[in-house]
Amino acid sequence: MAEALLEIAGLVKRFGGLLATDNLHLAVRAGEIHAVIGPNGAGKTTLVAQLQGELKPDAGTIRFAGADVTRLKPHQRAVRGIARSFQITSIFPDMSALDNVALAVQAHAGHSFGMWRSAATEAALRTPALAALEQVGLAERGHSVAAHLAHGEQRQLELAMALATRPQLLLLDEPMAGMGKEDAERMVRLIGGLKGSHTVLLVEHDMDAVFALADQITVLVYGRVLATGTPAAIRANAEVRRAYLGDEVAP
Amino acid sequence: MTATSRRIVLRALVLWGGLALLLVLPPAAALADQPFYLTLVTRMLIFAIAALSLDLILGYGAMVSFGHAAYLGVGAYAVGILAYHGVNAAWIQWPVAIVASALVAALIGLVSLRTSGVYFIMITLAFAQMLYFLGISLKIYGGDDGLTINARTDFGGVIDLASNVVLYYLVLAVLLGFLLLGQRLIASRFGMVIRGAKSNERRMRALGFPTVRYRLVAFVIAGTMCGVAGVLLANLTNFTSPAYMHWTRSGELMVMVILGGMGSLIGPIFGAFALLALEEVLSSYTQHWQFILGPVLILIVLFAKRGIYGLLGAARESAAAGPPAAGPPHG
Repeated sequence: MAEALLEIAGLVKRFGGLLATDNLHLAVRAGEIHAVIGPNGAGKTTLVAQLQGELKPDAGTIRFAGADVTRLKPHQRAVRGIARSFQITSIFPDMSALDNVALAVQAHAGHSFGMWRSAATEAALRTPALAALEQVGLAERGHSVAAHLAHGEQRQLELAMALATRPQLLLLDEPMAGMGKEDAERMVRLIGGLKGSHTVLLVEHDMDAVFALADQITVLVYGRVLATGTPAAIRANAEVRRAYLGDEVAP
Repeated sequence: MTATSRRIVLRALVLWGGLALLLVLPPAAALADQPFYLTLVTRMLIFAIAALSLDLILGYGAMVSFGHAAYLGVGAYAVGILAYHGVNAAWIQWPVAIVASALVAALIGLVSLRTSGVYFIMITLAFAQMLYFLGISLKIYGGDDGLTINARTDFGGVIDLASNVVLYYLVLAVLLGFLLLGQRLIASRFGMVIRGAKSNERRMRALGFPTVRYRLVAFVIAGTMCGVAGVLLANLTNFTSPAYMHWTRSGELMVMVILGGMGSLIGPIFGAFALLALEEVLSSYTQHWQFILGPVLILIVLFAKRGIYGLLGAARESAAAGPPAAGPPHG
């Protein structure tokens, strides 16, 4: 078994009296898709925000690729290879789709204090950006303004931006949120295609997608881990079924 | 399509025609024996430089600096104070003015860029007012009354600034140079970061950009450009005064940017010309000219949302390419 790429130990986050993350332990191995599920308010997005650095935990440590990143800022973690897609689509609406991704490439292609050369003609930015758009199936939409893309396309664009940073760890916060059946299926195929080459922490409500994609599943309830295991083990776990899954998912 | 291409032709005509007019203005003014117009247009060009520099951070970076006139004052005082002590050499005056305005911008930026929104506006305003009162308190350099400068910057015979025509062409050259620099900068990697941070700062951080650092550099560049405008202003008027830094002056710069068209670099040049021309014309009719100027500005902002330059069908690239009315309210 490969060593864990991401190791979370004793993580605590309080919002006033509310324990959003309650002494949470979690390990994600390199190359696996690790899904985090749980009812609304279980603290899934709060967890993602702490992993990415937008929220500071009150206690606990986050180790990434062998180093303690608990105190690092979001941009520092991004440079180390943690990429995030947001639950609510977060793109640059006034730029073209290609510019959106090129900016993501630029974030990991040296410093950005160059002030003379046009970024729009820089092959070192455009070529990988185009490749990432192609990867998610948006190649022919590259010159459309991002705000004018359909909702599903914007979600794909966000994934392309995350991929363009060549991340070691992808934090996907409900990538299928608000998608139609067709778009969701395409997204499942996309994420499935990352298996093996990327490490993914996937927060998702769509149980079909989760059980189709995940190597490991962690069930979160009230900020604490109820269970972690393979999809089969989680499906068979009586406590999980009582607390969250309900009977309709039972095989 | 035809409407678009007609606009492109119109825009090219206005821009190149405008440049041609600016180039022939000095001999024309001399022929017509109207030296006043040369001074007026020089003044317009200097404020165009200041407005352009503000647009760099306001239009592209959404940094609403309400204290941009501070750098106008720093540049002007650098010239004034050095001249007062008998130092007129350009190779001292210009570097001192540039370094001084860059330093002041760096200090103001370091503090104010920690905030955003209304707080950013208030802090930049407060800093500029501090400098304004500092100017008033400098009794040795004229205090409230300002400081008369007895000689213009000395370029050692290469450029003779004693001639108003030479000063005019220097100002025009600086404006065109800054315009070119600004356009390159906006299209560069650095410009992409500044625009990205305006569009979605949270996303920029998630991608790995330390946005504040880039913003600070942009802030310093804009402040330094405006400092150069201050150097030129002191040379034009042979005078420097705390009034250059007053908050109403900062407000005027913002009006120029918005009136001309934010986020276009060329727009603020139109804005500077329009505002100063309106001021000139209206004040010849009545001393309460501001009473008329206000409604005129409101009408322009209401009916030409992308400013004067927007009327020429330009600057669409940053406006989500959609019909302006349907786009997000960028300003």
